[in-house]
Amino acid sequence: MQYALLIYSKPGTLDALGPAEREALSAEYYALRDEPGMLGGAALQPVTTATTIRLADGKPLVTDGPFADTKEVFGGYYLYEADDLDQATEMAARIPVLRLGGTVEIRPLMGKASS
Amino acid sequence: MAEAFAIAAGRWPAEGMPASPAAWLVTTARHRAIDRLRRDRVLAAKLRLLAATAPDGAEAEAEVDQTEIPDERLELIFTCCHPALAAEAQVALTLRAVAGLGTEEIASSFLVSAETMKRRLTRAKTKIRDAAIPFSVPSADRLPERLAVVLAVIYLIFNQGYSAPGQAGHLATEAIRLGRVLAALLPDEPEPRGLVALMLLHDARRQARLSGPDGQDLVLLADQDRSRWDGRQIAEAREIIERIVDTRGPYLIQAAIASLQAADPVDWRQVAALYAELAELTGSPVVRLNGAVAIAEADGPAKALAIVDRLDLAGYPYWHSTRAELLRRLGRADEARAAFRDALALAGTEPERRFLRRRIAEG
Repeated sequence: MQYALLIYSKPGTLDALGPAEREALSAEYYALRDEPGMLGGAALQPVTTATTIRLADGKPLVTDGPFADTKEVFGGYYLYEADDLDQATEMAARIPVLRLGGTVEIRPLMGKASS
Repeated sequence: MAEAFAIAAGRWPAEGMPASPAAWLVTTARHRAIDRLRRDRVLAAKLRLLAATAPDGAEAEAEVDQTEIPDERLELIFTCCHPALAAEAQVALTLRAVAGLGTEEIASSFLVSAETMKRRLTRAKTKIRDAAIPFSVPSADRLPERLAVVLAVIYLIFNQGYSAPGQAGHLATEAIRLGRVLAALLPDEPEPRGLVALMLLHDARRQARLSGPDGQDLVLLADQDRSRWDGRQIAEAREIIERIVDTRGPYLIQAAIASLQAADPVDWRQVAALYAELAELTGSPVVRLNGAVAIAEADGPAKALAIVDRLDLAGYPYWHSTRAELLRRLGRADEARAAFRDALALAGTEPERRFLRRRIAEG
C-alpha cells in the first residue's frame, strides 16, 4: 500500500523558531526521507506565496493566497510504502510537525494496493 | 477469520463491494472454519466429545467457536474497533461482524434508518479495505491503548441497551456476551474481566431500575426492590472482582464501586475512596461528580455541593441533577428547582425526563 502523509502546520510556528532550531528541524525532515519505504515527498513554500484559481461565471479567476483563513496550512507531504495503516501511522507519528501543534493526514493512494 | 478477510480484500476490488460486506465476511469465515474442522478428524472427535458433555447443542456450538478460532476472533474484534474508524462505525461493525446482529436490528437499536446503518457499515468496510486497516492483534506495546478502545465500544453497546430499555434492551445482554468472549480470549488482561463484572452488576439491577405501567419510571438505587435484583449475576461479578488482585484498572474499580452499591447498607466512605482512586486514574470530572454523590451520603450534602460547584460540567445533565438533588437536601428549594429544570432540558431518555419532572413538581 502507498500512503500520502499530508503535513499540516499551524501558520507562524516556524517563524517562532531560531535559525539553529529551524535547521535541526529541516535535517529531521530530510532524514525521514531516507527511511526504508519512503518513496518521495516535497515541502511547499509558505502559504503567502500561494495563488488560487477557481471558476467565476465559468471563467477562471485568479486571486492571491488561499481563499479563506485557515487554522492549519498544508505544508508538504511524504509518499510512503507500508504494509498497512498501522505501519503508516507509526511513520506519520515521527513527523516533527506534530510536536509543533500540527497534524498529519494519512491518505492511501488510489490503485496502489500491494498484492 | 483472517483467511476470510484475505479473500475479501483480494476479491472486492475485482468484483465490487458485495451488498453486505460484513455478512459476507462473517459467512465466508464460518465456511472456512467449518471446512477446516471437517479436515481435521482428531478435532472432529473432540467436538463430538464436547457436544456429548455440553447440556445442549447451542452451548456446544459456542464452545467450538471459542476453542477453535480464538485468535481470529480477537483479530476481528481489534479490526472492528480500530481507532481509525469513527466510534459509531466501531460499534456498528462490532455488533454486525462480531456479535452477528442484523443490520436492521442494529439500526433500530440506535434509532437510525436501516439505510443509514447500511451506509455506515459499508463506509467502514470500504475504509478497512482501502486504507488497509490491519486484521491483526496489536503488538504488546500498543495493546493497552487499543484494548481501551475495544472495552469502550463494548461498554457503549451495554449502555445503549441499559439506558434505553425496550428497543435496545437486548444490547446489554449482547455486550455482556462480547465482554465474556474478550475476557476468554485475553486471559492475562484483567480489564475485560473487570468490564464483565461491571456490566453484570448493572444488568442485575435492570429489572428493578424501572417501574410504572409502561416501565419508563426511573427508580433510584435506594428505593429499588432488592428482591428483583439478579443475585446470581451479582455473586458472579463479586467472584470476578475478588479474583483480580494485582492490578486495578478503571473498569475493575467501577465494578468494585457497583458491588459496594449492591450491598446493604452501602459503605459510602469506601465508595468515595474508590471514586477518588478512579478520578486519579482517569482525570475525569464526571468521575469526580459521581464521587461527590458518595461524599454526600458519607459526609452530608454541603461538602458534596462544594465539590460539584467546582466542576466544569455545565453541558452534562447529571451535573445539574446532582446539584439539584444536593440543593434540595440542603433545603434550598428554589435553586434546586431551577437546577432540575436545567437537567430536564439536557436529559436524554424518557425515564430520566419523567423522574426530573416529578422532582420539579414535588419541590
